Amino acid sequence: MNYQFKWSVLWSGQSGVWLLQGLITTVEISALAWVLAAALGILSGALRTVPWKPARALATAYVEFFRNVPLLVWMFFWYFGVPPLLPRAVQDWIFNHGAEFWAGMFALGVYHGARMSEVIRSGIQAIPRTQFEASVAMGLTTFQAYRLVIVPIALRLIVPPATSESLNLLKNSSVALTISVAELTFQTRQIETYTAKAIEALTAGTVIYLVLCVGIAAIMARVERRFAIPGLIARGG
Amino acid sequence: MADVAIRFKDVDKWFGKLKVLSDINLAVVAGEVVVVCGPSGSGKSTLIRCVNGLEGIQGGDLIVLGESIVRPGVSMSGLRTRVGMVFQSFNLFPHMTVLQNITLAPVRVRGLGATEAEKTARALLERVRIPDKADHYPANLSGGQQQRVAIARALAMQPKIMLFDEPTSALDPEMINEVLDVMTDLAKDGMTMMVVTHEMGFARRVAHRVVFMDGGRVVEEATPEAFFATARSDRAKEFLSKILSH
Repeated sequence: MNYQFKWSVLWSGQSGVWLLQGLITTVEISALAWVLAAALGILSGALRTVPWKPARALATAYVEFFRNVPLLVWMFFWYFGVPPLLPRAVQDWIFNHGAEFWAGMFALGVYHGARMSEVIRSGIQAIPRTQFEASVAMGLTTFQAYRLVIVPIALRLIVPPATSESLNLLKNSSVALTISVAELTFQTRQIETYTAKAIEALTAGTVIYLVLCVGIAAIMARVERRFAIPGLIARGG
Repeated sequence: MADVAIRFKDVDKWFGKLKVLSDINLAVVAGEVVVVCGPSGSGKSTLIRCVNGLEGIQGGDLIVLGESIVRPGVSMSGLRTRVGMVFQSFNLFPHMTVLQNITLAPVRVRGLGATEAEKTARALLERVRIPDKADHYPANLSGGQQQRVAIARALAMQPKIMLFDEPTSALDPEMINEVLDVMTDLAKDGMTMMVVTHEMGFARRVAHRVVFMDGGRVVEEATPEAFFATARSDRAKEFLSKILSH
């Protein structure tokens, strides 16, 4: 093997700044998309279980539509497809204000919201129906029963799969490089292009993703313990 | 004549094609304790679940505290603040402490302040004889204690009527009495109660009236003395011979 490792490419020249910018963009786009995904997931996951058919149908349509189209297609759709439908002035405005970031964030959020929805629905469906009956029997409205009892219990039950889904979201934010969002993967490719040092650049990216994800998993494990419902089977390992 | 709290008028109920309540006519007056008994599948749980609208009815009329619950536009959540219910499986909210379980509805539905709600909750815990459990989670209580918290939670809304759906069926024998004692106190205080139960001792001691159901119909309706001494229908005699023989 005659490959010459040169790790210093990661901190010489622009590389360090690029990596940092990439990291910040990845965290920003993922965090915003996560908030959108969580909101859409909770809303549609809950609606899929309510005793009102039109609401269920609407939520089902959202889930099936958004989870059954590849994320990459959604990115292209929101970036290349939607803007031409908007008035010229709006188009100019959004292209001057980081359209690729917002399109990427939106695609990521709605796609993972549909997947999160199924996680939340499974949590709600694990709750005995009688919990809902007990809630409304004391005068809570259906909305209050969901907000105060059903969803809070479901959220506690689904921390492990929701963590996996959140990590997927973070990793999938790399797909946004295809619409030129300068996130972490985009920046590692840029370092590679400028320095011709692919292994070093990709290693840096890999390690940063790994640290981010392991960090999030550790935080979620604490959340899981903190909000565990007394009396349920305790978490393993 | 005393105020009628609950009146069933020719009530019919179907689950799909299965008729589960037929032609029910029954009135419960304020302050009365009515025990509903009968073999499983006779419709007794369904009957009391109609009173607070957990089950809808398909025929007849059901008037609760002066208001027809089948009238279009009737507020079910409004009705339910006046009708408390205790379930067989306790149904405490597992992610909340005992105190949070009891104060939830008074604060969220009746708009009570947190301090006042807590004060009431603690007084109710005294009344159901577990004042020291306020900060426990349901999982850390015995079945009998959970059911007494469930009773306190229902009472916190200051209901006019209490419905009990087999409140002791999920309990170990030694815990049944602690729950029945609380219910007996409640009856003595003049609460209007409909109780689905197999506890015939409770029916004999506390009920003003026993309603026996079979096949979705009210087959017999009598004072406890009359019911236990001289049940008229064959079905009631058969039921009593089975339930009282052990």
